[in-house]
Amino acid sequence: MGLQWGLGKKDKEYVGFAALPNQLHRKSVKKGFDFTLMVAGESGLGKSTLINSLFLTNLYEDRHLPEASARLTQTLTIERRGVEIEEGGIKVKLTLVDTPGFGDSVDCSDCWLPVVRFIEEQFEQYLRDESGLNRKNIQDSRVHCCLYFISPFGRGLRPLDVAFLRAVHEKVNIIPVIAKADALMPKETQALKQRIRDQLKEEEINIYQFPDCDSDEDEDFKRQDAEMKESIPFAVVGSCEVVRDGGTRPVRGRRYSWGTVEVENPHHCDFLNLRRMLVQTHLQDLKEVTHDILYEGYRASCLQSLARPGARDRASRSKLSRQSATEIPLPMLPLAETEKLIREKDEELRRMQEMLEKMQAQMQQSQTQGEQSDAL
Amino acid sequence: MDPLRQSPSPCSSRPSSPKTPPCEMLGYVGIEAVLDQLKIKAMKMGFEFNIMVVGQSGLGKSTMLNTLFKSKVWKCTPPGLAMPTPQTLQLNSVTHVIEEKGVKLKLTVTDTPGFGDQINNDKCWNPILGYINEQYERYLQEEILITRQRHIPDTRVHCCVYFVPPTGHCLRPLDIEFLQRLCRTVNVVPVIARADSLTLEEREAFRRRIQHNLRTHCIEVYPQKCFDEDINDRILNSKIRDRIPFAVVGADQQHLVNGRCVLGRKTKWGIVEGQCRDSAENAGEGGLKIQAHPAASGTLNTHHRAQSGQAHNQEADRPGNQVPPCSEEDSVENMAHCEFPLLRDLLIRSHLQDLKDITHNVHYENYRVCRLNESHVLPHGPCWVNLAPTPPGPSVAPGPSKVCRQTREDSDDNEDDY
Repeated sequence: MGLQWGLGKKDKEYVGFAALPNQLHRKSVKKGFDFTLMVAGESGLGKSTLINSLFLTNLYEDRHLPEASARLTQTLTIERRGVEIEEGGIKVKLTLVDTPGFGDSVDCSDCWLPVVRFIEEQFEQYLRDESGLNRKNIQDSRVHCCLYFISPFGRGLRPLDVAFLRAVHEKVNIIPVIAKADALMPKETQALKQRIRDQLKEEEINIYQFPDCDSDEDEDFKRQDAEMKESIPFAVVGSCEVVRDGGTRPVRGRRYSWGTVEVENPHHCDFLNLRRMLVQTHLQDLKEVTHDILYEGYRASCLQSLARPGARDRASRSKLSRQSATEIPLPMLPLAETEKLIREKDEELRRMQEMLEKMQAQMQQSQTQGEQSDAL
Repeated sequence: MDPLRQSPSPCSSRPSSPKTPPCEMLGYVGIEAVLDQLKIKAMKMGFEFNIMVVGQSGLGKSTMLNTLFKSKVWKCTPPGLAMPTPQTLQLNSVTHVIEEKGVKLKLTVTDTPGFGDQINNDKCWNPILGYINEQYERYLQEEILITRQRHIPDTRVHCCVYFVPPTGHCLRPLDIEFLQRLCRTVNVVPVIARADSLTLEEREAFRRRIQHNLRTHCIEVYPQKCFDEDINDRILNSKIRDRIPFAVVGADQQHLVNGRCVLGRKTKWGIVEGQCRDSAENAGEGGLKIQAHPAASGTLNTHHRAQSGQAHNQEADRPGNQVPPCSEEDSVENMAHCEFPLLRDLLIRSHLQDLKDITHNVHYENYRVCRLNESHVLPHGPCWVNLAPTPPGPSVAPGPSKVCRQTREDSDDNEDDY
């Protein structure tokens, strides 16, 4: 169904807003998607390999692994890599946030603080943009999802894992992942997953909850959905090498002397589940949860602390929004910069208004011309 | 004064003997029977071996110990079990006496749960160093008594097996810090733990990188190059040094692979073979156990084959599965999967006595020199350092701060004095 102007008299009952999803689809395709994914975990857990496998790109081509002596004095850094992936005409601008140096040093106390600060900075930037004057082109650099890699060799979450997850669980969607799952036998994998789930409940860490599927979905889909939820945390294996396994079709996997692990085989690991949930079904939901819940939570606490720096026990957020926003001072940039920004944005506004007027004038002209020709 | 003994750096394990010209034998005298006499005495007395395993939790330390000595010397925790990680490093020792072909071995294994598991692992090696030095101190105290025991009980740690997690990159800062400190005090054998998560190429690359790291940071692991006595030793040890660290896979479940019975890990894509199950099964807890050596004579094998049906491994996969005992020809262990046999051969079959000798002649002597220097028992010699006098007393368990005195810390105390 395309756009239909001027519906005829026969289509009285048919209004036509069923075409709305298509309009949305078209607009989104034009706009493109952007998604920011953070990966965190100790080094050597196969994070880079997994990301390359997930998105079938080589994001880490120019990576330089530091030597052991360099690692002795390494501190946590935050690295951002961007890549544009296109598939089926849809462009996705993927930003990957990496945290090399996490959990590597002998003393890892507070090594998660730079990560927390980074996430908060992105929220702050968005808050400023949102409260600014020109909101046309806000760049959303907020972290939409954090894949946290858990070592398969431990007995569940380590103290460092718990500390990191506690620090970020209210600020970002966490998807815990068991790395290098080909080191575990099936029974061990199940036991480890159960142990991690128990620990997450004990420590009251809120990981990303996949929303329940609608009640009108068919049984098959519901069963699949339930299965996927049961297998959290996902036990994944990553590989970018294609292996020819005994004459059968080539698969991506890891070849050992005792067999080959196939990355995309649901019996071998949960890679397919992770990819499906992260990319195919829940990408938009992750962004929405980041915007509606996590960002709003940050915004509320930020504005509360600005408004009455002493009083912590404020009423609900709705009360806050009813009291007009002009009472509450917005996060202000230094004055000279603000002036410049205002002037720039004014210019832009004026230019755009002019263009709009010109276009309207043109349309008017063509319409009147058309009427004239009709009349004639 | 023998200059070799006084030097703080490790010295050769045997003092140089004067050269004597060989003498021509005119008939059979029977000198070679002295070897039999030694053997009989040794078997009567029995041997002692103390081994320590260090590594993060979940790397398979207990499984390796059990497989090494083919008995349940240590209780393994199944993965996923809610075992609380200890807040501080603990040292647990267990002693067993195992016997084989009339040779008794008093084995003490020391485990170190809680190592490297905390957020802040700074100085987590101090309790371990303290324990090792405590054993040296105990031996020293027995040695300086006026009326000594005939056979001083030896609780000194002869070997420390360090488990490196299979990251595939290089040694972590914690590994380097630990190895640097410990290789000066005890024989350290690093192994790559849980090596079934690395492909063969990754394993080799990882091994080369670790060797490079060890060289860069001057970490001398066992077998140390400076203690090779002659050319044969050097050749043999070079081969071993080329393969260190060994990539091990711990397994205690039995499976049938191509007609062979192996201890392995069964996954959906194949069975990782750890070690060939010999005709003797894993026996029960503690006490005397009878193990069969795979290179034993044929008669002994058949004798134990009959017994193997009874002693059944509790953790055997699918008890209904008939796992036939393997004969000598079948006991080929799959080196491509797991290098555990190399480790076993090194620790038990070929270098056990060498480990004890180096511990006694080098590490213990270094410790002794430091302690005696401190307590001014030795007269002033070329290496004497003026230290604050520590009361030598019958302190069997001194605190780690007093005991962990290496020569480089001596100079610090020296400054404190003045």
